[in-house]
Amino acid sequence: MLRPADQVTRGQPWPSRQLWPVVATRPESHDTVTLELEPPAPFTFEPGQFTMLYVPGVGEVPISVSGDPAVTGLVQQTVRDVGMVTHALGTRQPGDQVGVRGPYGTCWPLAGAEGGDVLVVAGGAGLPPLRPALYRLLAHRERYQRIILLYGARTPADLLFTGELAAWRSRFDLDVQVTVDAAATDWRGDVGVVPDLIGRAPFDPAATTAFMVGPEVMMRFTIRALTRAGVPDERIFLSAERNMHCAAAMCGHCQIGPFFVCRDGPVFSYRALGPWLRRREA
Amino acid sequence: METLEHELRSHPFVGDLEPAYLALLAGCAENVEFWPGTFLFREGAPADRCYLLREGKVALEIAALGRGPLIVQTLGAGEVAGFSWLLEPHRWQFDGQALEPVRAVALDGPCVRAKCEQDPRLGFELMRRFAHLATGRLQSTRLRLLDVYGTSHAAPR
Repeated sequence: MLRPADQVTRGQPWPSRQLWPVVATRPESHDTVTLELEPPAPFTFEPGQFTMLYVPGVGEVPISVSGDPAVTGLVQQTVRDVGMVTHALGTRQPGDQVGVRGPYGTCWPLAGAEGGDVLVVAGGAGLPPLRPALYRLLAHRERYQRIILLYGARTPADLLFTGELAAWRSRFDLDVQVTVDAAATDWRGDVGVVPDLIGRAPFDPAATTAFMVGPEVMMRFTIRALTRAGVPDERIFLSAERNMHCAAAMCGHCQIGPFFVCRDGPVFSYRALGPWLRRREA
Repeated sequence: METLEHELRSHPFVGDLEPAYLALLAGCAENVEFWPGTFLFREGAPADRCYLLREGKVALEIAALGRGPLIVQTLGAGEVAGFSWLLEPHRWQFDGQALEPVRAVALDGPCVRAKCEQDPRLGFELMRRFAHLATGRLQSTRLRLLDVYGTSHAAPR
């Protein structure tokens, strides 16, 4: 059964922000850092959910949890430096504190994908929100048929979790395909866009569930390729990104049509969100 | 010849053509192999072939003095390398280098063009397929031009 869209956020306290210490940081690329935070009590979340991270005196932003959902003692959050708050988060050092509230939002419907093929499609900074789903899928590998990760980035230097990608590639039960928009000749992977990988990936369209995160334009092109391949709309799920403030469906900053991304998303089925993706004003 | 027809039938680009047309194309085809690091074609050279890739990976590259070669696109099994043979001036626009051991069916461009002129139905069918291929590559190029992964497209935070 797919999980009702608003089941997860409902009942979360707001705004109960706690300060968590940063215990480690790891640069993932030239502009992206993974923070390892230590919650005061065991922290549980579902793959796809996010927290609101706060830097005192700077501001607060929604960031997806990027670590293993089976690990409750430390929380990983991967931050790309795209503005004032994310820059402040990305330059935190071990011993610094970060304000945290959440987790919020809907999760990937992994149970609904059981018994079929799973296509995980990530573009750019879209891999961190999908990483917990990959951990969960691999932890219950026997429940799924083929699992395929398609990942695209601007250049090889922009790829995240490169060590983990190499480990995943070495597995016989996970098909990993990576492409970049541009590369020099020392790059041995693919050059091209993520939607082009859809045609090369081995999956049974009628029995496939697709999860994707990336820039909205990339997702629209990818959805077209999935639809052409025969994947039904109701089995395509995407994570939407909007400017969030309250994360409690009160302020309306993250609204897309009738949906509050913080409460009804960030994970949506394409069937629900699709009509709103192509609108200039929503 | 029968083997070549079989190879053509199993390739997604032409596999569903009428058997008579596959037989015609087989008359213009040969099996080829390339080792990694060797070139299928070079920019500026006469483009007299089209490669239906069966195995391996090919990089379309462009070289600029002092900058080193850049990969424009990679192509793999089931895809087609090269349509410069189709339209004048019949010169390759990029270098095509094998990144892995490549097996392909090479179609002789002048031979295929002559058969298309003799049989406009075959010509239209092949043109339709190459137009579809070119449109797909144009869409991919447009997506890359948008530079969707750049920070300018990220929500400021």
